[in-house]
Amino acid sequence: MLAWTIYLSFAGALMLALLPKGKNGLARWLALAVAVGGLALAVQGFVAGMGQGRTVLVDLPWVPTMGVHFLLAADGISRVLVLLTGLAAVAGVLFSWNIELRTNEFFAFFLALIGGVYGVFLSFDLFLLFVFYEVAIVPKYFLISIWGSTRREYAAMKLALYSFVGSAMVLIGLLAAYATSGSHSTSLIALGHAGFPVSFQMWCFPLVFTGFAILAGMWPFHTWAPTGHVAAPTAASMLLAGVVMKLGAYGCLRVGIALFPHGLDPWGFSFIGVGSWRDVFAILAVVGIVYGALVALVQTDFKFVIGYSSVSHMGFVLLGLMALNQIGVTGAVLQMFSHGILAGLLFAIVGRIVYERTHTRQLAELETMHLSRRLPFAAWAFVIAGMASMGLPGFSGFVAELQVLVGAWMVKPWWTVGAGIGIVVGVAYTWRALQKAFFSDAPASAHALESEHGHEFAAITWPEVTGVTLLAGVSLFVGLYPRILLDTIEPAVKALLAGGGQ
Amino acid sequence: MNYADLFRATLPETALEIAALLVIVADLGFLRRAALKARVTVAALLGVAGCGAALWAMQFQGGCWFRLTDPAGPALLGSGGIIAVAQAGILVLTALTLLLLIDANFTRHVGEYVAVVLMAAVGGLLIAGAQDLLVIFIGLELLSLGLYILTAFAKRSGKSAEAAMKYYLFGGMAAAFLLFGFSYFYGLSGSTNLAEIQRAIAATGPSPLFYVAWILVVTGLGFKIAAVPFHLWAPDTYEGAPAPAAAFIASVSKVASFALLVSLSMGWLMPGSAAAASKDAVEGYLRGVYQTWPQLATILLVVAAASMVVGNLAALAQVSVRRLLAYSAIAHAGYMLLGIGVHSTFSGQGSALQFFAGAVNPAIRSSNAVLYYVLTYGLTTIGAFGVVAVVERATGSDRMDSFLGLHKRNPLLAAVLLVLFLSLAGIPPLVGFWAKFNLFAAVLGVSAGPVPFTLVALAVAFSAVSLYYYLQVLKRAYVMPAVDETPIKAHPVTMAVLLAIAAAVVLLGCFPALLGNWIDGLSPLR
Repeated sequence: MLAWTIYLSFAGALMLALLPKGKNGLARWLALAVAVGGLALAVQGFVAGMGQGRTVLVDLPWVPTMGVHFLLAADGISRVLVLLTGLAAVAGVLFSWNIELRTNEFFAFFLALIGGVYGVFLSFDLFLLFVFYEVAIVPKYFLISIWGSTRREYAAMKLALYSFVGSAMVLIGLLAAYATSGSHSTSLIALGHAGFPVSFQMWCFPLVFTGFAILAGMWPFHTWAPTGHVAAPTAASMLLAGVVMKLGAYGCLRVGIALFPHGLDPWGFSFIGVGSWRDVFAILAVVGIVYGALVALVQTDFKFVIGYSSVSHMGFVLLGLMALNQIGVTGAVLQMFSHGILAGLLFAIVGRIVYERTHTRQLAELETMHLSRRLPFAAWAFVIAGMASMGLPGFSGFVAELQVLVGAWMVKPWWTVGAGIGIVVGVAYTWRALQKAFFSDAPASAHALESEHGHEFAAITWPEVTGVTLLAGVSLFVGLYPRILLDTIEPAVKALLAGGGQ
Repeated sequence: MNYADLFRATLPETALEIAALLVIVADLGFLRRAALKARVTVAALLGVAGCGAALWAMQFQGGCWFRLTDPAGPALLGSGGIIAVAQAGILVLTALTLLLLIDANFTRHVGEYVAVVLMAAVGGLLIAGAQDLLVIFIGLELLSLGLYILTAFAKRSGKSAEAAMKYYLFGGMAAAFLLFGFSYFYGLSGSTNLAEIQRAIAATGPSPLFYVAWILVVTGLGFKIAAVPFHLWAPDTYEGAPAPAAAFIASVSKVASFALLVSLSMGWLMPGSAAAASKDAVEGYLRGVYQTWPQLATILLVVAAASMVVGNLAALAQVSVRRLLAYSAIAHAGYMLLGIGVHSTFSGQGSALQFFAGAVNPAIRSSNAVLYYVLTYGLTTIGAFGVVAVVERATGSDRMDSFLGLHKRNPLLAAVLLVLFLSLAGIPPLVGFWAKFNLFAAVLGVSAGPVPFTLVALAVAFSAVSLYYYLQVLKRAYVMPAVDETPIKAHPVTMAVLLAIAAAVVLLGCFPALLGNWIDGLSPLR
């Protein structure tokens, strides 16, 4: 049944592309129906899969001469991430309710992107995973370049090229792995048993890991992310930061770590404390955490603050992966889910609720608008989202980051210290943005005073309320009862780390 | 000499020649007073019928080879197997380029145009089946002379004449180089038959003259496929030739040339029946083969790498979509040459025969992958030129800015453009992606040393670069605001052909085994 999330999304995309122009209402409701259908399937798959290991959903021979199969399977990690995609899809449609320009094409590209993402999370054939990974690139380009804002054409091309270069690196690794394993099969299960020579893994792992990590926003290949997130329309930013960056992290885990575990072994020599690819990527992750936080602290554009905070939070995911222990990797997967929800919520507030009404994202201008009085819903929604993203206990971010920090401490305490600095700076930039955008007492400029009396902001619409409630509610629920997800993630992580490829 | 065999081996060529003569008779004899549209329709349909008849006639060939002396003498022409794949591809692609002629208005000499196209296609068919240097040369010249004429056909356009002049002068010189190289091969071996040349060289070992001859031959053939540094004719020709002619040049001549390269590389890596009887003689002969092949392959690989780099980098700077397609054709030729130029490394130790037996299947897979790539690339290119032709006719130029707002002016055409250009960039689930993946996997399957691996990495990296310039055109079609929103009309037949091509690209991309299994079935996979 889970496989139907993919088919439904692509079918929805095709139907929307063929809709005649002008039927905006129909387009919205159709897109919402498809997204809710996908979420329902994801929830059903999640519940049905509780307590199960890896289940194969579809296994059809695709190109028999090369051993390529259309192989879809789900284990705990996949089910959690498919659930995240379902939630992000519904929230994205809700927060795009007001799009009037080429509405049906917008939702067609949106659903095609969602379908590609579902496909990546459910693929267990390396070739199929790569196909879905690349399928997701083109809708992203069009979503940003047609419906985006600041420097959208530049941002869209940068994002497309970075993603494509990353996937080119993965393709080279895929071809090498396929050839080295004897060219029999591209199934992840078979390749996991192939037993590549250590010398091969030593160069193939960093190549594949870096290729996927580019999309995960690893420093220093992260520069596409803030530019892209800022330029993208709200729903696309929610998807990009919320789900698409997780594609990269998922690929790092499912392909990089699972297929080439010996690539992380010590090199035998050590250079300024770095003795293995694991050290390299962990340090890059910590740098990303701190760098993202520090740069977010000095931004003048509200959306850039959130964009850089995404880079910072993805650093936690990569750090957890490099801990390579049960708690660290579990924390990484939970952080993927948590950040997906929270990033979606933050971009929704900044983009849809604030920007569409105030028409500015500059903190200096927002300071003068007294938004806590004029948009109280946005203010308290951002307080919740900001606290959650800072890692306040009670929300999902706390559990995830705690696990990552503990996991990292068990390997090298200095990594945790660095990440901790990132958390402290995270508090700083969140409160700075919160204070400047909503709670500032700066005197209103003459222009702002006029508009305050002149016209009220548009009322908060029901899709916005529903979206905020959905996302904040999920984050709160997982924060208070993390076992709902951890019970599914932990066995899957255990199997992945033990089997070294299942 | 068995003339029945000659007739059977050249059945498709004969069908096309008859069709060409019929077209001339019909157009110049019966339709002299008819309107241009009617003449074009009749000529194009007769041409397509000729291609269909040739395809139908291919089933009667029965894999027959025409030899000078029965039963096992040197062969002049072959048929069946890989040759049938290439010939069928040439016929289908020729039919599609003829269908694109339907709404063309660049010439009033329609009958002559279609006849030249058909005769050039005959040249292509000859090349695909040739087993002898002189037959190769005849076929190549028949194809090339036809292409020069086709390039010049738009008599009202100065660009067309200039392009044809450049193509002709360059091509004439390349043909001279080719013939010179062939003459050296004759001198080295005493025969013009491919298999006998290969035997003679394997017996005596490589000599400096042999390498010189090979370089001369690569010059001539490299010109045909527009590989660097023999590519300078391509941008001007693609820009100046009338659109259906450019489509023909970009597709059919590539298929024929690569079929030739495949048969040269297969013939020299996989000799036919070894003449000597004893196992030691066979071993010695095979060792000779493996002494010569690596150096020859290196030359091809250098040309391949240069083509990939220069083609992609030059395309980044183009403003004219036709020139962009030309430089991307150069890049694609580079990728395909990679599939031809790889070879398994034989260390010289152990049994050459066993190594040969082990090296054959991957080499066939590599050749099949090249044929898959060139056939699907030809199909996509014809579609791309079709779209460019429609836009050119409506807006008067093929610059990128003519495509502004295409999604509003003709949404179906814009969708076809999207599918075709993304396929050329190598985005799944379109056939261009599978063709590239198949080719690179086959290359690494043949030999997985550092050199082929680096070249595959280079190819993949430059595919990523190519996405930029394909997206530039798509950006104009879908993203940037239109300056002129009048709808663009396309002839229904043209639209039907373009839609069929786009559908085929999507279908073959989702189910690559459809074409792959047909090629594998026909090729001699042992």
